[in-house]
Amino acid sequence: MTRPRIATASLAGCFGCHMSFLDIDERLFELVRHVDFDRTPLTDIKAIGPCDVGLIEGGCANAENVEVLRAFRQQCKALVALGACAINGGIPAMRNQFSLQEILAESYLDGMGLDQGQIPNDPEIPLLLDKVYPIHEVVQVDHFLPGCPPSGDAIWTFLQELLSGQAIRLPYTQIHYD
Amino acid sequence: MTAYFQIDGVPIPFESGQTIMDAALAAGQYIPHLCHNPEFRPHGSCRVCTVRADGRFVAACTFPASEGAKVECASDELRELRNGLLQMLFVEGNHVCPGCEKSGACQLQAVAYYCEMLAPELPHFFPRRHVDASHPDLAIDYGRCILCELCVRASREVDGKSIFAIGGRGIKAHLLVDSPSGKLGDTDMSVHDKAAHVCPVGAILIKHRGYDRPIGQRLYDQRPVSVVGDVIQAEETRDD
Ligand code: SF4
Repeated sequence: MTRPRIATASLAGCFGCHMSFLDIDERLFELVRHVDFDRTPLTDIKAIGPCDVGLIEGGCANAENVEVLRAFRQQCKALVALGACAINGGIPAMRNQFSLQEILAESYLDGMGLDQGQIPNDPEIPLLLDKVYPIHEVVQVDHFLPGCPPSGDAIWTFLQELLSGQAIRLPYTQIHYD
Repeated sequence: MTAYFQIDGVPIPFESGQTIMDAALAAGQYIPHLCHNPEFRPHGSCRVCTVRADGRFVAACTFPASEGAKVECASDELRELRNGLLQMLFVEGNHVCPGCEKSGACQLQAVAYYCEMLAPELPHFFPRRHVDASHPDLAIDYGRCILCELCVRASREVDGKSIFAIGGRGIKAHLLVDSPSGKLGDTDMSVHDKAAHVCPVGAILIKHRGYDRPIGQRLYDQRPVSVVGDVIQAEETRDD
C-alpha cells in the first residue's frame, strides 16, 4: 500500500493552526512513519502534487488565497477546513463589516498618523477580495475541524480517524470554536 | 395515578398542563434548547427543541405533554435537523467565537457542541450590525443576537421595564431598545436587572469582567450543557 500524502497551507490565517499541528509533539514521529508530506511549510515544497489529504488553515482574503485553495482542491482527495478562519473566515472576516474601499482608506489614506498616504498597487501584491470568505464558499470541502486553533490533541484524533477511514468523532473537550 | 409519556423510550411523568419541555426538565431529561427558560412564558422561536411527538414535529417548549405520547428526541433525523437549525443561527449572525468574551460560557456554542456540530457549512451572511456600548455597565453586540426574546421577556415580566422588543419580520427581524436614541445608555436599564443576565449568547454583555475565567475553567469547557445547565442558572449562582 502506498503511503498517504498530506499537504498543508495557511491562507488568511495566523499560522496558529500550523503551530498547533506541531503541538502533536512526539506524535509527529509516529505520523511521519505512516505518511509523506507534500507541499507544506514543513517541507517548504512550493507546488502541490497529487495528495490524499489537504489541510487548509485560514479563509480566502485575496486572489492568491483562492489560487492556492483551488490547486489544493484539484490535487487532494480529501480537503479539510482546519480551524476557525478556514471554517467561517474567523477574525480576518471581521473586516466584512466594512466595504473594501472603507478599509483601504482607513489603512492607507486617512488613518491616524498617515502622511501622504497611498493605496499599495504593486502588481506583485495579490488583489484583495471584497470580503473574507470561508473556504467552503469557494471550493467543496470534505471535513471541518473547528478551533482557534484546534488543539494538538484534536488534530491528532482527527488525523488518526481520517487516515484509518473511520467516521470523524471528537471527544467533547476536543470540539471548540475558539 | 401519575400520567406518563415517553422520550426515546424513557418514561417521563407529567402533570396536566405541562409541556413536553417542562416535564422533561423536571425529570432531568435534557432536550437541547436556546430560547426556553422555565421562568418565562415559552416563546417557541429557536426551534432547537424540536422533537417528534407521535410522528409530528413540534417544539417541546410549547407542546403539551399527553398520556402515552411517544416522543423522539435523539434520533439521527432529529439530530441532523437540529444541527441544521444551529448552523442557520450561526451563519445569520456574526459569531466570531475567538473574538467574543462570552466564548466558553455561551449557550449557542454549548448546544452546538452537544449536538456535535463541527462547522456551519452554509453560506455566511456577515450582516452589518453595530455595537452599542453607550451604557456604563452593559454593551450590546447586535451581530450576536439570536432573537430568543429572553431579554425581552425578562425586562417585561420580571423587571417591569419593557426595555427590549423585537422589530421587523423574517430575516429583517432585529432587537430594539426602547429609548428615543435607541441606545441602551438612554434607558433606565440596570446591571442588576434580570434582563442583563439572561442572554444565552454574547449579545448583551456585562462590562468590566470579560475574560475573567481562564480557558479550561469556563462554564462549558469540561462538561456539556446537558450536565451544566443553561447560562442563566450559572449567571445566578456566580459569586461576584
Ligand atoms: S440580546 Fe440576547 S437575550 Fe436578547 S433576544 Fe438577543 S440573544 Fe436573546
